[in-house]
Formats: sequence, C-alpha cells, structure tokens
Amino acid sequence: MSKLAIDVAGLGKEYHIGGPQKNYYRLTDQLVDIATAPFRRAGRLLRGQASSAAELDQAIWAVKDVSFQIRAGEVVGIIGRNGAGKSTLLKILSGITDPTDGYADIYGRVGSLLEVGTGFHPELTGRENVFLNGAILGMRKSEIERKFDEIVAFAEIDKFIDTPVKHYSSGMYVRLAFSVAAHLEPEILLIDEVLAVGDIAFQRKCLGKMDDVAQAGRTVVFVSHNMGLLQTLCQRGIFLHQGGVDTDGTITEAVDAYLQTLEQARSHDLSQRTDRKGLGHVRLVGAEVFNGSQAGSSILKTGYPARFLFSVDAIVPGIACNFFIYDSIGQPVISFTSKTRGPEDSFDPKNGLMFVCELDELLLLPGRYRIDVAIVGDNRLQDFIEAAAVFEVGEGHVGGRPAPQDGKFSVVMSHRWTLPTKN
Amino acid sequence: MKETTLTIPSDRPRTRREPSKGWALPKLRELWEYRELLFFFVWRDIKVRYRQTVMGALWAIIQPFFTMVIFSLFFGRLAKIPSDGLPYPVFSYAALVPWTFFATALNQASNSLVVSANMVKKIYFPRLSLPIATVLASVVDFVLAFMVLLGMMLFYGLVPTTNVLWLPFFLLLALVTSLGVSLWLSAMNVQFRDVHYTIPFLTQAWLFVTPIAYPSSLLPEPWRTLYGLNPMAGVVEGFRWALLGTDTAPGPMTVVSAVVALILLISGAFYFRRMEQGFADVL
Repeated sequence: MSKLAIDVAGLGKEYHIGGPQKNYYRLTDQLVDIATAPFRRAGRLLRGQASSAAELDQAIWAVKDVSFQIRAGEVVGIIGRNGAGKSTLLKILSGITDPTDGYADIYGRVGSLLEVGTGFHPELTGRENVFLNGAILGMRKSEIERKFDEIVAFAEIDKFIDTPVKHYSSGMYVRLAFSVAAHLEPEILLIDEVLAVGDIAFQRKCLGKMDDVAQAGRTVVFVSHNMGLLQTLCQRGIFLHQGGVDTDGTITEAVDAYLQTLEQARSHDLSQRTDRKGLGHVRLVGAEVFNGSQAGSSILKTGYPARFLFSVDAIVPGIACNFFIYDSIGQPVISFTSKTRGPEDSFDPKNGLMFVCELDELLLLPGRYRIDVAIVGDNRLQDFIEAAAVFEVGEGHVGGRPAPQDGKFSVVMSHRWTLPTKN
Repeated sequence: MKETTLTIPSDRPRTRREPSKGWALPKLRELWEYRELLFFFVWRDIKVRYRQTVMGALWAIIQPFFTMVIFSLFFGRLAKIPSDGLPYPVFSYAALVPWTFFATALNQASNSLVVSANMVKKIYFPRLSLPIATVLASVVDFVLAFMVLLGMMLFYGLVPTTNVLWLPFFLLLALVTSLGVSLWLSAMNVQFRDVHYTIPFLTQAWLFVTPIAYPSSLLPEPWRTLYGLNPMAGVVEGFRWALLGTDTAPGPMTVVSAVVALILLISGAFYFRRMEQGFADVL
C-alpha cells in the first residue's frame, strides 16, 4: 500500500473580476459616479466584500471541482492551456491563497517554487540574499549554512558572492536565484514553469538537478508548457481544462489530450480566444501558413518555400513577433523572432499590420506541427497564444533527396555523402 | 489513474487548505516555526533601511532631535508651555524618543505588505512576519535616539532614580501599541491604499493628542485617566517618570493605556488573520 502525499477533493477557487465598463453619455453622469463611488465602496467594505480597486461584480471560477490524489514519491506533471487553472491550483496547494470550495490535504513539509528570485533584495550581497531567499523558501539557517558552498558553486558566481546583487548581470542573478531554489529539499515540491531561465548550458544543468529531485523519491508536482521536459520527468500527468480535470492518467495520455484540445482551439477565430497571456495593447488577430506559390495554398512540403503571416491590431514601439514551432508530440522544434534583424528584412506598406516571415526552404520533415505566437512591444509581453495555427507538412525533397516522415525526428538538412567504395 | 487505496501517513504532519470561515485564531504557532524568517526580515530591514543615504543611521537621531529643537524654540521659549519643572529640551526629547519609534514603525509597517506584494503572491510564509519585522527593525532607530537622550540627561545633570527599573515595561507598552496599530493598518492598506495617504495626517494628529510638547499635568484628574485611552500618552508619561522623575508615576492612566494597547494588539491580530487569506488575491 502506498502512502498519500496530496489529497485534493472538490477544490474550487472563485475570483471576482471587474464587470463591463459603464458607458457614460454625459459628463455629469460620470461626475456623479466618481462622487458616489467612495460611498459605494465603503458600503461594500462594511459588508465585508473585497477591494477598492474595481467594481467587482463578475465572478469566474479559476479552478472548479478538482479532485485527485497523489501518492508519496510520485512525480506529476500538470498541463493545460493559459488560464486553465494550473497556477491557481499550485497557489492553493502551497497555501498562498485559500480555496473557495473543497479542500486539499497535504502530508509532509511543502516547498514551492512559483517564481525564481522572489524576495531577492537588490541592495544586499549575493551571500546575504542566499540566506534571505533560503529562509523565505522555508529553509532553516543551519540547512542553508550546510549547503552554502554547494549553492554558490552551482550558480558559478564564487567571485561575486559579496557584491550587491544589483550589480549582477541578469544571467548571474537568475543563476543564483535558481541555485538557492534548486537546493530546497522538502518532502513535497511544487514547481511552476521556472526552468526557462539562464543560458542553455545553465538550463541543462537545472534540468539535471530537477531529474535528481525526481529520482530521489520526493513527491513533485510540476507545471510546465514544455511537453518534452514533462515527458522525461514525470510518470503521471493531469490535464486541466477550463478549471477542471480533463484527463488524469499517464503523462503521455495527458499530453495527447492536451495537444488535441490545442488543435480544436485553432478552429476558433483568434480574436475570440481568451486563453491568452500578455498586456494586450496589441493583439494577434490572425496567423496563417502558406506555401510559396501565389495561389495561397496552405499545404507545405519539405524543402519547398513557406510563408508565415501574423496580423496584429496595432503597432507599439519596439513591436516584434516571435513564433515557436512544436511537433505533434509537443516537442519544441524551432523558434523565430523578428527582433534580431537580418540584411534582407524590410518593411512593406502594402502589408499593413502584418508580419510576414518567408522561408526559401522549409527544413521540417513531413508531419503535423503547431505554432505558438508571442507578440512583444514596449519591452513587455503583449500577447501570447498557444497553437495560433496548426499546419501539415507533406513529403518533398531537400537538395534533391527525398525526405520521408520520421516518427521521432522532425528536422532535415541539405547534405551530401561521400560513400565508401571497394577498389 | 490506478485505483489503489492510499493510506494516510501517520508519520507526517497534515496541512489542510480549505476555505476560511470568518474569524479565526491568529497563526501564532506557525509564526514561531518561522521565527528564523522573522529574524531575517528584521535583519534585512535594518541593513537596507539607510543604504544609499548620505546620513545613514544618523537619520534615526536627526528626526527626533530637530523636532525637539523646534519644539523648544516655539513651545518652550515662545509659548512658555510648562515642562514639569524640567529643562524643556530634555522634557520634550524624552517623549519624542518613544514617539518617533511609534511613528516610524507605523509608517514602515503599514506599507510592509504592499512593498512585498510580489513575495506575498508567490510564496507562502506567515504574513504576520512582515509587519512584525518592520516594527522590530525600528527598535534599532529607537536605541540610537535613546543614546542621545542619555547624553542630554548627562548634559543637564539629571540622574535617573530607581524608577528606571520600570523602563522596560514602558518600552514593551510602546512596542505593543505600535504592533497593534501596525497590524490594523497594514492589513487595511492591502485593500485600501487610502490608508497609506492617511498615515502622515494620522501621525501628525496623534502627535498633538499625545503629551509630547506639553505635560499631561495640564489636565485635572478625571480627564487625565481618560487621556490614557491614547496608549502613547501612557508610554510618554511613563518614560518621563522612569528617566526624569517627573510627577507622573504609573497610575490609573497607565492602566488604561496598557489595557487599550492590549486590546489594539489582540484585535489587530484577529483582524489581520481574517484578512490575510485574501492578500495574495488582492495585492
């Protein structure tokens, strides 16, 4: 018989969000509203209702009727689209916020890692921040002292450990922050998408550390968008959809279910989709894929030209389009960004509010792919949509060589062989 | 997935996350378990408070000292306000030392949750530790200002009597009052940032209803006891009595002050407990 680590029953969390904006026909209406607002809010306060910030009359359930049990030592991946309730679930489990309904029982000491570097103080030195951050994450002072050298070595910043962190490069800062977190050793560890930090080499190191944690028999609940990572780290997956549990099974089952709903989401009009992140001053309103021919056919072929079109509804300073291609099992394949400029980049007034990315040769093997799109501007993430488009690549040629489908790999390159001969 | 029955482990503590219903007991045991974190927060506040200032920790002395100079000039010299037979500067400064502690603690603590919003939203730790740590960190400022008070007493040739043994009690009273008010204000400030804008006004008004620039002996007796409803009145007069030997020995006013301070602290802790589960959602 296995021991229970987490028991979640009928869990729900309701948030109040601002209702629709009122329409003011007259200035006097608006003035009256401004003048009476403090009294209305005071009234709400007296009745014990929340917030002065907005008129909160619309409620949404971020998590609704979620139940599952996690056994001690299990490594579970939580997946779902933006706004599916993953982060809210972790916040409830870690005690940051209370549920509105149901309960969650947790057996053992919990450590949570929802963001790297929370509580770092820029004026304090690296050494001081290790102690402060460690304590915030729930480590004892003696524990931090014992692991201190290891933490500093892992972060590779030995020389700067007594420098205030405000003088650190962002890479150093993140490495130190992650290093502290990685040395947390509670019985139950809750982790939200925190691995997308640092340079590639450091990310690899972090993954190694995470793998160690997973192997060490600790209970881990892991939220991530990186399907490949989840599939290597977890045995079990829980797929949350619109606040509820859609699939609870092996990680492969959960990932499959998730990818399926991603494809379904694509059929919706992009501007209607609500599962998006970002500031929203600019919205992605269209994402289309065409092959190179003027006919506008959307069937792509390996080795043939391809065009990706992304329409936005506004322009802000420093606007850039990033898009990411994933294969049918959710593994990341390649990313593109308009931020870094090449000599052939240009502006075309004919295109209006549209990013066009052209490839002379599509070096993807036949198969099904999806595109996640991020629009950045004003140095902030403006919009992010998963599976903004899904496309199919048909068989073609690269450098005159046929490129057939391959179950495992997804990229092909033009190449030539010199073959051995018997002379 | 697999329908195996899972046993509830007996060797591990159970934590239940559930909707909180109304009023509950403050989480004092948890605060004790996280005492190291509380210590780190105090230490951080002390270290960071005067970084990047030219005067550094001198600020802890400058504020009460110059207030004293101004009071001595206008209230002592010009308005000729009585000072219980003591030199006016030392009379007002002895009151300004605990008062400045109270005002600083209030100002810093009321904002403590808001400035740490990011932490509150991302990590679980006892929320109480934030306002408590800021209040405790203000004790350092108090100690510095207190040194100057000792210097002034030396200058005026004032030697404390055995009354001074009571000083820790009045210090505790000041601490309890500051904590109580801070818990109320910090929790309210999360919901209503109006609180932050009220603080300067509040401390200013409170300064004048506390016998700092004038002695409480100006009031006849039934009213003097009533004056204790302002716990800082009890603190200030207690300080003067313990250090300077004024005629304000602990009496009915002190009792009233102590009771009010305790009520403030306990009600503040309960109010904080009631509001705290919403902090992460509202910040």
